[in-house]
Amino acid sequence: MDILRIVNVGVGGQGNLLASNLLGMAALDSKVPVVVSEIHGMAQRGGVVESAVILGGAESPIVSQAEADILVSFEPIEALRTLNKANKNTLVITNTRPMPPFTVAIGQAEYPDPEVSVAALAKKVKNLMAFDGQALAEEAKNPLALNMVMLGALFGKATLPIGVPSIKKMIKQNTKERFVDSNLLAFDLGFKAAKG
Amino acid sequence: MDKLLTQSGGATHLLLGNEAIVRGALEAGMAFATCYPGTPSSEVPDTLYRLRKQNPDQVKYYFEYSTNEKVALECAAGAAVAGLRTLCTMKHVGLNVAADPLMTLAYTGVNAGLVVLTADDPSMFSSQNEQDNRYYARLSGLPMLEAKGPAELKEMTKYAFDLSEELKSPVLLRTTTRVNHAREGVTYAKLPKVKQTSVFKKSPMDFVTVPAVSRKKHLRLLEIYDKSQAISEASEYNKVTGRGSYGIITTAVCKNYVRDALKDLGALNQIKVLNLGFTWPLPEKKMARFLKSVEKVLVVEELEPLLEDAVRSICQKKGIATEIAGKSAKFPEVTVDVAPPKFFSRAFEYNPRLVRQVVGKTFGLKAKFTTPLKLDDLPVLPGRPPNLCAGCPHRATYYAVKEVVGKDGIHPTDIGCYTLGLLPPIQMADFLVCMGSSVSSAGGFARATDKKVVSFIGDSTFFHSGMTGLVNAVHNNLNFTLVILDNGTTAMTGHQPHPGVDTEAIGDATTHIDIEQVVRGLGVEHVTTIKPLKTKAAIKAIEEAVNHEGVSVVISKELCPLFAKRVVPRTRKPFEVKVDKCKGHMDCINKIACPAMYVEKGQAKINAGQCVGCALCAQICPENAILPVKEA
Repeated sequence: MDILRIVNVGVGGQGNLLASNLLGMAALDSKVPVVVSEIHGMAQRGGVVESAVILGGAESPIVSQAEADILVSFEPIEALRTLNKANKNTLVITNTRPMPPFTVAIGQAEYPDPEVSVAALAKKVKNLMAFDGQALAEEAKNPLALNMVMLGALFGKATLPIGVPSIKKMIKQNTKERFVDSNLLAFDLGFKAAKG
Repeated sequence: MDKLLTQSGGATHLLLGNEAIVRGALEAGMAFATCYPGTPSSEVPDTLYRLRKQNPDQVKYYFEYSTNEKVALECAAGAAVAGLRTLCTMKHVGLNVAADPLMTLAYTGVNAGLVVLTADDPSMFSSQNEQDNRYYARLSGLPMLEAKGPAELKEMTKYAFDLSEELKSPVLLRTTTRVNHAREGVTYAKLPKVKQTSVFKKSPMDFVTVPAVSRKKHLRLLEIYDKSQAISEASEYNKVTGRGSYGIITTAVCKNYVRDALKDLGALNQIKVLNLGFTWPLPEKKMARFLKSVEKVLVVEELEPLLEDAVRSICQKKGIATEIAGKSAKFPEVTVDVAPPKFFSRAFEYNPRLVRQVVGKTFGLKAKFTTPLKLDDLPVLPGRPPNLCAGCPHRATYYAVKEVVGKDGIHPTDIGCYTLGLLPPIQMADFLVCMGSSVSSAGGFARATDKKVVSFIGDSTFFHSGMTGLVNAVHNNLNFTLVILDNGTTAMTGHQPHPGVDTEAIGDATTHIDIEQVVRGLGVEHVTTIKPLKTKAAIKAIEEAVNHEGVSVVISKELCPLFAKRVVPRTRKPFEVKVDKCKGHMDCINKIACPAMYVEKGQAKINAGQCVGCALCAQICPENAILPVKEA
């Protein structure tokens, strides 16, 4: 089995760690060797959150510079910030809905136009999927389900050694009961968006 | 039922390293656990607390959040000397606080297993230093175990209890962030019956360390060192893998990086590896045999060159001529973010690419590397530093203090969310070294300068190590104001309770201790409790405190909004900026930088979804242009 290094990046509160954890559980359920790692830091206070899921038998829990096979970003400028983990063959999937940091909100810094960010990404990697994932979460009537949309897009776009039924089983078993339906819908919307 | 409490063995679950420690301790029949929370160790005590609270019929171990690490270790020592299997957890710098009991507990030993977790943080993702706590094994003479990931960590935790009982000595379990915060499949063994109480057999000539006892006990410690070294020599955790005429000696998370590097380099049959897990005492004979069998050896370890120095010493003693490679003398680059070092340095954590590069270069192996992207032409990205939350009462307290003392005051600060007061526009943090230093260092600043000194400490940190500094200040007639930021919880590490917490609100059977009574009891004469969100009154009270000659204390009392949302839900209306009234002073933006506020085309606005209605901005607006949102 080929080793697949997936990096998830986002902002505190976007559910990035849950996405990695669900992917890890689905891998275990599918008998795919897996290690997951996460940096919590002071994420709760609006900082950047990064996690990694490594499938296929590598033992190292982290992904080095230029070595991510897939980079999933929940926020457009965080995709750019984490681009040092990518190389030209990395599949980059990014949500395009901005979540400006407070430095921008209070006028201390400028937030690049998402179109500019997407164009910059497209210049660096061959394989890019940029879409408004937040809109799909809202369509699923669950604005907090961006993580499910991004997981759906990952499953739709990448060739993974894990089947869709397995990740759906984990979503059903490990997310709050009243959100399960909207989470699954959000996953499907992300999946369809990836299949185009 | 919680997956961690599964009675039977056999199943494999994806566990966080810290959950694996919990499962290992449960499989070992742990009956007693103490801690002080701290990243990256916090999920160990948090999981123990949650399991006990959610499953009172099933979970029988005693667990406490102790006031600090020294207290945690001493309480744990009592239980382990009395005869219960005990776990004590802390982050690396916590062991500095607990070092005093640790050093002599090594002399006395214990009657039942005592495992002390020290969670180190190379690269300092959330710590004030990256000290290498492997030194503590050397300093104390206690055995140390280090795992490469959650699966091994579970086994090792369980084994640590057996080892501790075999040696009648505490055992140090050292982890790093990458082990605590990794997840992988962990296979369970079944849970045993747990011994809940014990009978303490008195033996003062073993446990009361007067000099006459300690002289004997020091020799006992040296004997235990020899005994544990023999165990380390034979340990399954110290194992040679692969073959070849070259060698690598490695440990902990680096074992993974080395294994992956050798696979990627196709060198599994050219380079053999001595993997160390029982890392103190070192298996010197095993290491000597290994070193004799290779032409060249590379030591792969994060932080200090402890294994490398040991290798050099063994080679010298045994006359082994093997070429030794390890740390570079160079310093890596420093950036705001954690930049990966490009060589084996004494600072910052390693990573798989770095290890592959160095292994390849050391042994002349060709490696394939993906080319990093050229990123110098990317748009300039705004920083995303962590920030005090919308409605955080610390922001209001900082605002009020600044209104009183201006920019000239000196502000020793402490460890907690409020350390973020370092950042603009607050910028009210001038000195910080460790828990409690805000209180004690304030006296030094006040005596050495003629400036107003107002220091800040959180409620949990005050109980942890602020009280003794305050007694000292009162006794020695020092002159400063201490602000205790009482948000009712240990917010930064994930809302753990502490002695000042509202025990009824969180449904704990512990006893609440009132901070104001403590402060008065410590001899402080000028004590006021303020509500920081009532700005005018807060400023007045702070002014009086600052003008008081001698030690004064202001207790700024308001619940952390994240904690309040969970514990005592209440509805405050969000606010909005009335554009017709606003004259664009921008005080709200420039003075308090609340993340619920933003500027749109030069107009300050409030994101109603984020605003928790604390009304701080409304009180500082010179035009009274910020008002509660009217319901439609």
